[in-house]
Formats: sequence, structure tokens, C-alpha cells
Amino acid sequence: MADRITLRVARYRPEIESAATWQDYEVPCPKDWVILDGLNYVKDRIDGTLSYRWSCRMGICGSCGMTVNGEPRLTCATFLRDYAPGPVRVEPLRNFPVIRDLVVEIGDFMRKLAKVKPWIIRAVEKPLSEGEYRQTPDELQDYKQFSMCINCMLCYAACPIYGLDPKFIGPAAIALAQRYNLDTRDEGSSARLEVLSEHEGIWGCTFVGECTRVCPKNVDPAGAIQRYKLQAALESVKSFFMPRGAA
Amino acid sequence: MSVRSDYTLHHPRWLRVRVSTYWWLRRGSYLAFILREFSSVFVAWFVVYLLLVVRAVTQGPVSYDELLRWSATPIVLVVNLVTLLFVVYHAVTWFNLAPQAMVVKVGATRVPGFLIALSNYAAWVVVSAALAWLLVS
Repeated sequence: MADRITLRVARYRPEIESAATWQDYEVPCPKDWVILDGLNYVKDRIDGTLSYRWSCRMGICGSCGMTVNGEPRLTCATFLRDYAPGPVRVEPLRNFPVIRDLVVEIGDFMRKLAKVKPWIIRAVEKPLSEGEYRQTPDELQDYKQFSMCINCMLCYAACPIYGLDPKFIGPAAIALAQRYNLDTRDEGSSARLEVLSEHEGIWGCTFVGECTRVCPKNVDPAGAIQRYKLQAALESVKSFFMPRGAA
Repeated sequence: MSVRSDYTLHHPRWLRVRVSTYWWLRRGSYLAFILREFSSVFVAWFVVYLLLVVRAVTQGPVSYDELLRWSATPIVLVVNLVTLLFVVYHAVTWFNLAPQAMVVKVGATRVPGFLIALSNYAAWVVVSAALAWLLVS
């Protein structure tokens, strides 16, 4: 195996250019190096002007999502050696505006996350003296998968619907809403339904399924959305037959 | 780095890349998705065709024979053959996606996805066999 590999990195420097350009960097390629190690090598040794986000380098913080050879990937979990002999194309996440080089603007996603009220909502809070809200392991299992999301936004980058219609609330936000809806301690599903049953909510999704395929934490946002559609459809049928609410 | 455009420190210009009209050709899974969506047109055609058959049957043997003759023309044969392929594709993709949308529980354990898909296929085979038996007998 070659001991060096070329990183072909998309650069965008708003002060000097109005479109992205490619820049090649040759980096070492030991068998335990991931793409992020290569980028850090560039930043430290070759070109300090290269901008990108990263933090934990262990698949938890969700900061280092980029497009690697056309695929949305966590660069801390993608090995350089898998792309030998190279070159490896590294681009910013698709479907987001680029601020600089590999850094994308995530404000839209952050606002959408807050919109689905991703916290436990209670009609009436129990007094502290009555202790915690209890849950069985089986009840935990119902939503645990959806709680594994690290907000890395790879699903948004893979979703052609979000690319075509940025108003679509998107896979991760819906999966997160479902995480709380399926939690036995939560009573806020009707409050979330208002946002999610809009056209830009769950009905915007046409089940391409790419979000689930690219998810590095096996969250299955596509599954969450389809399950939510079923639930929303049942709710509307119920409200049609029982307009004054079921007992 | 000498050329400066309308960049300002606090409001950098964001780069927005437009999604190509041909985004669905970029990867196999996107193409499979678009074909799945497109297959609904053929499903609709089969519904129309079924209504034509029903109308011909209610109008009597003459119009039924007329419909059969029309159906045997090469163009209708080709259209119906392509329709059949798309409808089968539609059904297969639908059944394969069913486990993701359906969560069936027996007691506390979740029924594995492949069993849900399998039960859909089994129902398909049973209904098809029943229809074939009706036609033959």
C-alpha cells in the first residue's frame, strides 16, 4: 500500500473567490489514519488557512461530517486507506450553504431541531418529592435507537428532498421528535404534531431512504418518519370520527 | 489573495450550490427511488385499464371482443407489458419498505423486519394463486 495519499479538498474563500475550487494536498497514509487525521496534518504542516469543523474525533460530537468521494461521511470514522491509491475528494456537506472551505452554515438545522420541542413535556409536572419518572428497559428500548442521533446532519446532506425544498423539516428533527413521542414519560406528542403534520413536516418526505443508509449511528430516520405518518393518519381519522375528542 | 470582492467581515458571502435537475442520476439509489415514484403512473394506467374491461363486460360480448382485439394490438401489448414490469417493481419496493414503517410487537419483543416483508410476499402469493385458480377453473 502507498504510504502517501492525495486529499483533493474543496476550497471556498469568500474574500477571493465566488465558487469552490479544488486544492490537492499530499498526506501520509498510515493504516490507522482517518480523513480527519489527514486534514489535521494539512492544517498543522502544509496549509494553515484550511477551515473545517471537528471536535471529539470519536463519532460522538457530530461536527466533522463532510462529503467524501461524493458520500456524506463522518471524517473521523472514515479511513484514508479505504480510498487508496486516491485521490480522495473531500467537500463540505451538501444541501447547506458553505461559509468557508469545508465549514457549512447550520443555523437552519438548529432552528428546526428546536421547533419539534425535543424535551420531555408533561401536562402537569410531578412534585419533586414523588421521585423520578420511572421506565422499564422495554419502554426504553422503544425509543433508544432514535436517541442515538448526534446531530451530524449527514442525513440532511443525503436527503434530496431537503436539497430541493429547504423548508422540509428533515430527517434528524423528525427522528428526534419521535424519540420523545415514544418515550413513556412524555405527554407532548400533540404539541409536536402541529409542526410535524405540516406539509413541510413528515408529508414532505417521499421515503427515499438515503437518510437511514448514511446514518453513522443506525438511527433509521426514514423509519421514524414513516411510523409517524401512520400515527398522524390515524390521529386525523380519529378526529374525523370523533371531532370532540376520544374519552 | 489580492483581489477583494464584496466580502465583509461579519457577513461573509455564503456559497449556495444549486441542486442539479439531474440529481437523480447521480447515484443508483436515487434512480431506483425516482423509478419507484414514476411507477405510480403505470399503477394508475392499470386502474384505468381495469375500468375499461369492466365497462366492456357490462356492455356485452361485442364490446368485450372489441376490447380484446384492441388489447392485442402491438402498441397496447407493449404498454401493458411495460406497465406490468413497473407494477411488479412498485409492489416489490413497497413490500421491502414495509418493515421500516411497521412496528409489530408480540408481547414485548419486536417482530423482525424480514418476517413482516415475508408475510406481505406470502399474502401476495396467496391472493395471486386464488385469482389464478378462479381464472382457470
